[in-house]
Amino acid sequence: MSNFFRDNPDILFHMEHLDFSRIVELKEDGFADRDRFPEAPTDLEDAVDNYRRVLDIVGDIAGGYVAPRAEQVDRTGARFADGVVTYAPGTREALERLRQAEVMGFTLPRRYGGLNMPKTVYSIAIEMISRADASLMNIFGLQEIADTINKFGSEEQKQRYLPRFCEGSVMGSMALTEPDAGSDLQSVRLRSHQDEDGIWHLNGVKRFITNGCADISLVMARSEEGTTGGRGISLFIYERDEHMRIRRIEEKLGIHGSPTCELQFDDAPAELLGRRKMGLVKYTMSLMNGARLGVAAQAVGIAEAACREATRYARDRTQFKKPIHQFAAVYEMLTCMQVDIEAARTLLYETSRIVDIKEGLEEKAERHPESARDIAGAVKRYTKLAGVLTPMVKAYASEVANRICYDAIQVHAGVGFTCDFPVERLYRDVRITNIYEGTTQLQVVAAIGTVLGGGISELLSAYEEEYDFSPVSERFAQAEQLRRDLEAAVSAVKQAGDPAFQEYHSRRIVETAIDAVTGYRLCIDALYSERKRKVAALFLARAVHRCRTRLEIILSGDRNCMDFHPEIIAGFPE
Amino acid sequence: MPLKIIVTVKQVPDTHNVSGDAMKPDGTVNRAALPAIFNPEDLNALEEALRIKDTLGGTVTAVTMGPPGASEVLRECLYRGADDVVLLSDRRFAGADTLATSYTLACAIRKLGDFDLILCGRQAIDGDTAQVGPQIAEKLGINQFTSVSEVIDVSTDHITVRRTIESGFEILRSGLPVLLTITSDANEPRPPSAKRAMAYKRIGRQACQGDFDEAYIQPGVCGPLDFIREWNADSIGADPQRCGLSGSPTKVKKVQNVVLTASDSRKVPNTDADIAKLIHDLIEENILG
Repeated sequence: MSNFFRDNPDILFHMEHLDFSRIVELKEDGFADRDRFPEAPTDLEDAVDNYRRVLDIVGDIAGGYVAPRAEQVDRTGARFADGVVTYAPGTREALERLRQAEVMGFTLPRRYGGLNMPKTVYSIAIEMISRADASLMNIFGLQEIADTINKFGSEEQKQRYLPRFCEGSVMGSMALTEPDAGSDLQSVRLRSHQDEDGIWHLNGVKRFITNGCADISLVMARSEEGTTGGRGISLFIYERDEHMRIRRIEEKLGIHGSPTCELQFDDAPAELLGRRKMGLVKYTMSLMNGARLGVAAQAVGIAEAACREATRYARDRTQFKKPIHQFAAVYEMLTCMQVDIEAARTLLYETSRIVDIKEGLEEKAERHPESARDIAGAVKRYTKLAGVLTPMVKAYASEVANRICYDAIQVHAGVGFTCDFPVERLYRDVRITNIYEGTTQLQVVAAIGTVLGGGISELLSAYEEEYDFSPVSERFAQAEQLRRDLEAAVSAVKQAGDPAFQEYHSRRIVETAIDAVTGYRLCIDALYSERKRKVAALFLARAVHRCRTRLEIILSGDRNCMDFHPEIIAGFPE
Repeated sequence: MPLKIIVTVKQVPDTHNVSGDAMKPDGTVNRAALPAIFNPEDLNALEEALRIKDTLGGTVTAVTMGPPGASEVLRECLYRGADDVVLLSDRRFAGADTLATSYTLACAIRKLGDFDLILCGRQAIDGDTAQVGPQIAEKLGINQFTSVSEVIDVSTDHITVRRTIESGFEILRSGLPVLLTITSDANEPRPPSAKRAMAYKRIGRQACQGDFDEAYIQPGVCGPLDFIREWNADSIGADPQRCGLSGSPTKVKKVQNVVLTASDSRKVPNTDADIAKLIHDLIEENILG
């Protein structure tokens, strides 16, 4: 039986070196809870010790309980019959286990029965659960829904819903997507109207709803008749009753344990969350950003599982009278996989930390209105950073995780293509991570504005002020090179002054921004460990060339694809 | 009426990782050489107690005998839902065999006052004797069911259990109080609760000489407990001569880590001479004796 917290030296490294001081200060607000809740910490050290203990419990459940059930969950899958969705037995057992461990209200305040854990710790927990069974994350990781009620609901709504989430007696889902509103959520058509008594009712169809069979759903609906854009949309809390019918669940390539439902609402009573017309522009964006961070953690977890499977296989498998990991072709793949995981992880934890500070500052401004003015600047700065880093880490972690699972099968060769080894499941499960909660292409759209506006350069300057990079000067010089390439690329597209040119090169620019931030973070990690210096060296050696190539493409003024694609793509309308 | 349930637990060396210095020269286990863990079947006993409490209400009190470090298993009990814990710790308890251990535990249980159920793990993975539970029942003069693999039904005055026996099982019913020893088949122990683990992680020990204070725990109310009560031989009214090494007639000659490597069987002809030779061989190899 393994414990996915204790057996992961990289997670332990980050728990040792992550600076939780600001997060704890904001999250615990003078340690006011200590007199009311015996589990509340009394100081920083106590809080961080609590984080470790909770992760130890989740790591033990993930390694000892969830992982052994993952194969069966994948084979059985969630089922649908007579309008009822049934989880695989392993999913039910795992959820019961997590409920017993009282970790279902992970980030919610203690007064509603939650653990008041920061997002950074939640990301680590999601990562461990996903390493054990990616599909379980789609249920465990949906605590974002309760979190959204906590952020935007009325006190009465919070008291009514949140304790049930914390007890694990209800699950949540977010019902956003519709058949004709996927990436383009502004075009949702599901209608909501108020009856004479002021009660809202929902009518319409939602599709691709993860865990749509949940007891409580946040449903995005068009509340303003006659509108077509994002401003006519509100968010509703819907509690399952006979007015919502599940029409079917999807047959999918992977994450079989997670039911993906099509929902039909027929005059279903619901209550408004927060204010009218803010559904998409404020609440759903907040909900989605939380979910994106969760998916990034899920991707890192799946990649970790795949990398371990490949490494174990390469040690055990002998060809030409030696274990295959001794061949350069194999150890290079394994090394790249490990470096990419550590790169994605450091970016994930840094993003989570920034999200924690952003949310902590927002809560502080709400709790202590007298301080709102003083911290307004900091709120703005962290909101911008969280807004750009979240899509960046979602894009990066999910793309590298896909590549890692691809290579993990390659290391296994023929047997990796069979169902006798778990890598084929990981390969199928990881495929959704760069699609849902916005495809990688959409993450680029979400990030590009701030990247072009210089937001990443500001962040890198802040790192330069905060840390002394002289002990790792050689590595840091390479990281600075990435920064210069990013800035050169940004100014080149700006100078071109052509929106189509900018759109065409935006992925290259965002990828360079990701490499630059990750390169800086790995240099920071390298300040604490000799091994991390090597990880940084391996990452930066490749990143320098990637970024240089991207920059050269941009500087060359390349427009070939923009100009030629109608003639090149077969059957493309002229 | 809520039930009062007592669970006996033990911190044991992890015998899955036995090294060469697992035994001290005096024949007792060298606990320092092995990682200390919660005896696995005691976790099953605790789980069964907590399930009964979940159904019928009541209190679960965990008792362990051991050095101060053994209070870690009591913390683990609190993390999982025990209401109260007692550490029996005294230099005079050291080196106890099953007779002295059961005597000490029985004294402590008497001290705790009335009870309805005592749950023990079937056996500990260090000694593997399965004797302590039955000996406690004998000393307290109550019924016992050993090797219980399922609690079928329990009420405030009766209990029905399935008991594993060689090549089968039996279903037994008894009035309360009764002592059960629980096997690992009985249940899957629950994980520690995150909240309780944070609340009780720093709970300290406090030596108590006085009588048990009935008001100390309120049935059905979960903590928070202020400290782990620590009792010595005097506080439980035990005769020191019957405790620890001085109360232990068992003398361990040698502990060996035996790894069975033979893979095929040997056929012995059914003659008196061959059987006598087989028995002789087994004695030679210290398998019988």
